[in-house]
Amino acid sequence: MNQIKNFTKGFIKENPVFVLFLGLCPVLGVTTSAINGIGMGLATTFVLVMSNFVVSLIKNFVPDKVRIPSFIVIIASFVTIVELTMQAYLPSLFEALGLFIPLIVVNCVVLGRAEAFASKNNIFSSIIDGLGIGLGFTFALFLLGSVREILGSGSIFNFKFIEGDGILIFILSPGAFIALGYLIVLVNKLKKKGA
Amino acid sequence: MEYIIIVISAIFVNNIVLSKFLGICPFIGVSARIETSIGMSGAVMFVMTIATLVTYLIQTYLLDKLGIGFMQTITFILVIAFLVQLVEIILKKVSPSLYQALGIFLPLITTNCAVLGVALMSVQNNFNLMESVVFAIANSIGFGLALIIFAGLREHLELADVPEPFRGVPIAFVVAGLLAMAFMGFAGIV
Amino acid sequence: MERRLSMSNKESTLGNMVIALLVITFVASASLGGVYEITKEPIAAAKLAKKNSAISQVIPEFTNNPGDEEYKIPVDGDTLYFYPGRNGDQLIGTAIETFTGMGFTGKIKVMVGLLPDGTINDVAVLEHAETPGLGDKMERKKSDWSLQFQGKNPAEFKIAVTKDGGDIDAITASTISSRAFCDAVEKAYKAYMNNK
Repeated sequence: MNQIKNFTKGFIKENPVFVLFLGLCPVLGVTTSAINGIGMGLATTFVLVMSNFVVSLIKNFVPDKVRIPSFIVIIASFVTIVELTMQAYLPSLFEALGLFIPLIVVNCVVLGRAEAFASKNNIFSSIIDGLGIGLGFTFALFLLGSVREILGSGSIFNFKFIEGDGILIFILSPGAFIALGYLIVLVNKLKKKGA
Repeated sequence: MEYIIIVISAIFVNNIVLSKFLGICPFIGVSARIETSIGMSGAVMFVMTIATLVTYLIQTYLLDKLGIGFMQTITFILVIAFLVQLVEIILKKVSPSLYQALGIFLPLITTNCAVLGVALMSVQNNFNLMESVVFAIANSIGFGLALIIFAGLREHLELADVPEPFRGVPIAFVVAGLLAMAFMGFAGIV
Repeated sequence: MERRLSMSNKESTLGNMVIALLVITFVASASLGGVYEITKEPIAAAKLAKKNSAISQVIPEFTNNPGDEEYKIPVDGDTLYFYPGRNGDQLIGTAIETFTGMGFTGKIKVMVGLLPDGTINDVAVLEHAETPGLGDKMERKKSDWSLQFQGKNPAEFKIAVTKDGGDIDAITASTISSRAFCDAVEKAYKAYMNNK
C-alpha cells in the first residue's frame, strides 16, 4: 500500500471524528480549549501507534478466539503508561483531561484500528496507520477546541483577544454538540467539493 | 452524601450523556428508533450496575489491599468485558426472551465508555458500596432517559425537511445540543 | 506447521489460548509494574510540589517546613489538614487544606491561609471540576475573583455571597460555585477558631 496515502487518509477521507463518528466522548468532553484538545489527541495517538505496533508484532501468535481480549490488555497497558507518565511529568494537563485519559481504553478508534488494520498488516504499515489516524483525531480535537475556545472564551491557546467573557454556551455542554454538528457539515461540504 | 442527591444529580443535573459526555457512541448510533433505544438502555442498566458493584469490590478488597492501584484501568476493563460475556451466556440460558431483546446490544457495551466511566467515578468519589450501586443505577437511568428522549426527537426529525449537508449525524448533534440546553435548566436544584 | 501470511496461524485450541493470554497478561503487568516504579517518585514529587506551592502562596514567608507539622481535624465526615507556618519559633500563619461538597459538579478543594488572629491572608484552589469559563474563575490564573478574600477577617466580614446576605461578590453566572467556595473557606475558619 502507498504509505503516503496510508498516512494522510486519517485527516479528511477517513477522519475518525468527522467522517466515521468514532471516539466521540473525549472529542466533546475535553475540547473546552485548543490546548486540551491537542493534549488529548496526542495521548490517544501514542496509544494508537504503540498498540498497532504490538498487535501487528504478535498477530501470528495469538489464536483467533482470544484476539479481542488480548488487544484489550495491550491497549489498557499503554493507556496506563500514558496515565502514569502524565501524572508524573504533566500533572496540570492530566487534571484538565481527567477521566478521559483512562477512558482512552474504550475509545472505539483504538480497538477498531487494532482489529481492522494492525491484525492484518505488517508492522511498518500499522505504525503509519496509527500515526495517521491518531493525528487526524488530534486535528479534529484541535479544530473543535479552537472553535469553542475562540467563541466561548474569546481566546486562543489561553491568549485572550477580547475583554470579558465570550459566548459562554460554547464552553458549556450544549455548545460542544452544536459546534461539532456544524463542523461535520463543513467537512461534508468540503468532501463534496473535493470529489 | 444522601442518596436522593446522588440520584437527582446523576439523572438530571449532571446527566451522564448530556453533561458528562459519556456513552456518546450509542447515544448517536442506536437512537434512531425508540424501541432499540429502550433495549439498549435496559442492557446498559444491567451491565453498569453489576460492573460497578464488582469493580467496587475488586478496588476495595484487591487493588487497595495489594497496593497496586495502577492496575485499575486494565482490571476494570477486563472485568467489564468478562461480565458482558457472562451476562450474555446466562441470559441465553435463563431467559431467551430477554436475550432476544437485549442480546444484540450486549457486545456493544464493552466499549461503551459510560460503563467504565461510572465504575471509575465511583472510586474517585470515594463512594461506599451502597452509594456506588445507587450511583450506577441512577446514571443508567440518566443514560436511558437521554437516549429515549433523543430517539423520540429523531423519529420526528425524519419527517422534517433538513438541508442536505445537515442530514443524518450533523442535525442529530445540533438537536442533542438543544436537548443538553434544556437539561441545563435543572442546574441548581440540588 | 504450515505458515499462512495473513491473520493468525495459531489454532484456537484451549492450550494455545491459555498460553497466549497468560504470556500477554504477564508481559503487560510486568511492564506496568516497571513504569509504576519509575514514575512513583515523580508523581509523589509533583503532588508535594503542588501542595507546597499552595502553602507558600497563602501564608506569609516562613522558615520551617509546614508539611512536617501537619495535623488533622475531622469535619463533616472528612478531614481538614492544617499546616502551621513559623518564622523561627513564632507562628505567622496556618495553611488549611479544606473542601466542600457543594460544588456545581462535585468536590472542590481549597487551601486557605489564616493569620494567627483568623484573618484570611490568601486562598488558592487545589482541585475542582467546575465549568470552564464560568466556575473555574475561582482559579487565580483565570480571574482575580479570589483576591477579594485577601486581608478579610471572617469575624467582621461575612464569608457568603451577597445573595445569601454575605459580603462576597459571586462570580457572574456561577453563584453555586461561589457559594461552595465560601462554604469551604468558612469551614476552615470555623475549625481553626474552635481548635485554637
